[in-house]
Amino acid sequence: MEETTKKGLWNRLRDSMKKTRDTLGGRIDDLVKYYREIDDEFFEELEAILIAADVGGELSAQLVESVRQQVRQQKIGDASRIRQLLKEEMQSQMRPGDPPAYAGQSVVLVVGVNGVGKTTTAGKLAAAVKADGRSVLLAAADTFRAAAVEQLKVWGQRAGVDVISQDAGSDPAAVVFDAVRAAKARGVDVLICDTAGRLHNKVNLMNELSKIRRIVEREYPDAHKETFLVLDATTGQNAVAQAKTFAEACDVTGIILTKLDGTAKGGVVLAISAQLGVPVRYIGVGEALDDLQEFDERAFVDAMFDQ
Amino acid sequence: MAFEGLSAKLQKVIQDITGRGRLSEADIKLAMREVRMALLEADVNFTVVRSLVKKITDRACGQEILQSLTPGQQVVKIVNEELVELMGSTHSALVYSSRTPSVILLCGLQGAGKTTIAGKLALYLKKRHNKRPLLAACDVYRPAAIRQLQVVGERVGVPVFEQGQGDPVAIAKAAVAYGASHGQDVVIVDTAGRLHIDDALMNELQNIKGAVQPAEILLVVDAMTGQDAVNVAETFNNRLDITGVMLTKLDGDTRGGAALSVKAVTGKPIKFSGTGEKSEDFEPFHPERMASRILGMGDVLTLIEKAQANLDEEKAQKLSQKMKEQKFDLEDFADQFKQMRSMGGVGALLKMLPGAGKLNIDESQIDEKEIFRMEAIIGSMTPAERRTPNILNAGRRRRIARGAGVQVQDVNRLIKQFDQARAMMKQFSGKGMKKFARGGKFPF
Ligand SMILES: Nc1nc2c(ncn2[C@@H]2O[C@H](COP(=O)(O)OP(=O)(O)OP(=O)(O)O)[C@@H](O)[C@H]2O)c(=O)[nH]1
Ligand SMILES: [Mg+2]
Repeated sequence: MEETTKKGLWNRLRDSMKKTRDTLGGRIDDLVKYYREIDDEFFEELEAILIAADVGGELSAQLVESVRQQVRQQKIGDASRIRQLLKEEMQSQMRPGDPPAYAGQSVVLVVGVNGVGKTTTAGKLAAAVKADGRSVLLAAADTFRAAAVEQLKVWGQRAGVDVISQDAGSDPAAVVFDAVRAAKARGVDVLICDTAGRLHNKVNLMNELSKIRRIVEREYPDAHKETFLVLDATTGQNAVAQAKTFAEACDVTGIILTKLDGTAKGGVVLAISAQLGVPVRYIGVGEALDDLQEFDERAFVDAMFDQ
Repeated sequence: MAFEGLSAKLQKVIQDITGRGRLSEADIKLAMREVRMALLEADVNFTVVRSLVKKITDRACGQEILQSLTPGQQVVKIVNEELVELMGSTHSALVYSSRTPSVILLCGLQGAGKTTIAGKLALYLKKRHNKRPLLAACDVYRPAAIRQLQVVGERVGVPVFEQGQGDPVAIAKAAVAYGASHGQDVVIVDTAGRLHIDDALMNELQNIKGAVQPAEILLVVDAMTGQDAVNVAETFNNRLDITGVMLTKLDGDTRGGAALSVKAVTGKPIKFSGTGEKSEDFEPFHPERMASRILGMGDVLTLIEKAQANLDEEKAQKLSQKMKEQKFDLEDFADQFKQMRSMGGVGALLKMLPGAGKLNIDESQIDEKEIFRMEAIIGSMTPAERRTPNILNAGRRRRIARGAGVQVQDVNRLIKQFDQARAMMKQFSGKGMKKFARGGKFPF
């Protein structure tokens, strides 16, 4: 049973990332076919392929350099072995973490910059946790963006989960305060709080997030806490700055990478994982309720390569 | 990842190299690696980077740089020029159709910021262009999207046309008809975010286009987009033949290389940018500013100006020739002041002189006001007096003092300083240079 769900997920991940594979793994294969020998030009092309996947200039150069060294040390002359070497290098960049423990009571904050998919993800996550047999409550702590509360309420309906909300324009910390009370009173297992999108360079907005985090800590000390940073896979190197700043402001425990159903490769999570050591928890692969999958770093890198 | 400005990096690379003399082609290649990395870390698409770097290298390897006395600044200048050119050098305005209402169709990926910028554009047209815009709600998919547009419309005082979750093509058509019969001269059509690879939804956009014949089709692009920006822009452009781009979330700290990629692959101008969450945070796009932002140099503009001022190298060459031949006169002296001011210091000027680059000069020793006063004094002299300072007797000095509004002592001091400078220049051209460098004080 365990095996089959794993396999099902794996296939779906591969399908949803087909575009990525076509460009990354596929292009490496083409490269290998074209260059029988491994020379400088080969490595340059290899670097370009990584950069095109948003892995970033510096990390791409670094990855290619370690592959180059191994080629030299082990006297590898066959280009077809490069693929495996690179894959292993990339996998070693990803930090696996313990899966989120929703045992006992938990509070989850969903944070991120504008438009990355926080509200959608909060809805999907609520459905996933509920499907796991746990009771869930949603909190509409985006009181700023037009119709954000209504949007979350629709997701609440879809997932069959109650939504705690106040009027637009009210204090988001007050909404979270209310929601924590409600979660306690109702004995809810997992409280998921949607928050307003904010650019990480706006200090006052980041402070607001720290405040929300403190209120949860104060009002619900026994609860297990998770803060998920939602990143859009289409985002380039700025995602690294986002991850850094959000981690400082609110103790990010995991990353959710959305919109992987497009052609974007989300390669920037490699750099984030390598530099910050924050694990990726879930990926979003569409706009439907069940388009959320648990993240597996091996599968992610494999999916980038394998056909 | 801390991003050191490209300007600083380039200066460093080139400084290391120039210690050995002029730049060679190999040196320029090294500098180009920095340029390439900076552009990539700024998310400029790698194929765009490739052709850009090639162009810059070609130019940099030409005479222009190799002959230059300030190669670091010259390279920065070339990079900036190429970026500005790629970006389009002027702001391009909106186009209206001959029949009213003019339709502006917005499209883009999910979460790009279409609805927010639709409201901003409406407010801008209303306030700045005395238009009567209508917002049309054609995102029938995302939960509460219609409600969001209604709230936005209310906020900016612009009516919103909606027909619930119906057919977007029919709604767009109805909105235009409604606008025409209600005196609205612009209809802004907000559409659902969609993936460029979603064939059905891309077809829907083509059908909307066919139904309402927009004067403008604007692709909304998140400034933080990575390498995929080219695929997105290319596909939207191929399907819809967009007329321009709006760039959102520029108030973040992204370098925004996507702007360059999008412009490069579509050839369509970026018309506006969103710079905050308030309805007023909206402005016409400035290509030059974007260029320096991508380069990661807040100070690039001043740097470029300096580089351009320094371009008077020819003058500097002539000057050093004159110094050697000891034909340096008060006219040259005045020239120096002028250059000094445009370059921010005597030290900078001195460094332009061949061989003087490594002199250790404390620029703070020079008082700006003093320089102005000296310029005024020289300005009050006759050409003959400037060329042959020996003729400056007491009577002439009094006249000059009156003309410049200073004391006679000031004129005397200037002439003394000029004499000192001339004496020093003898050392410059001779062996005395080292002694001066250690000896310290510049005579001004
Ligand atoms: N294709 C695709 N679209 C997604 C995914 N996740 C979210 N979206 C879409 O992205 C858009 C923005 O999503 P939201 O959930 O409103 O994003 P948000 O972060 O809450 O936005 P703000 O609250 O405005 O900052 C919506 O149109 C979603 O349907 C995904 O995994 N794939
Ligand atoms: Mg939201």
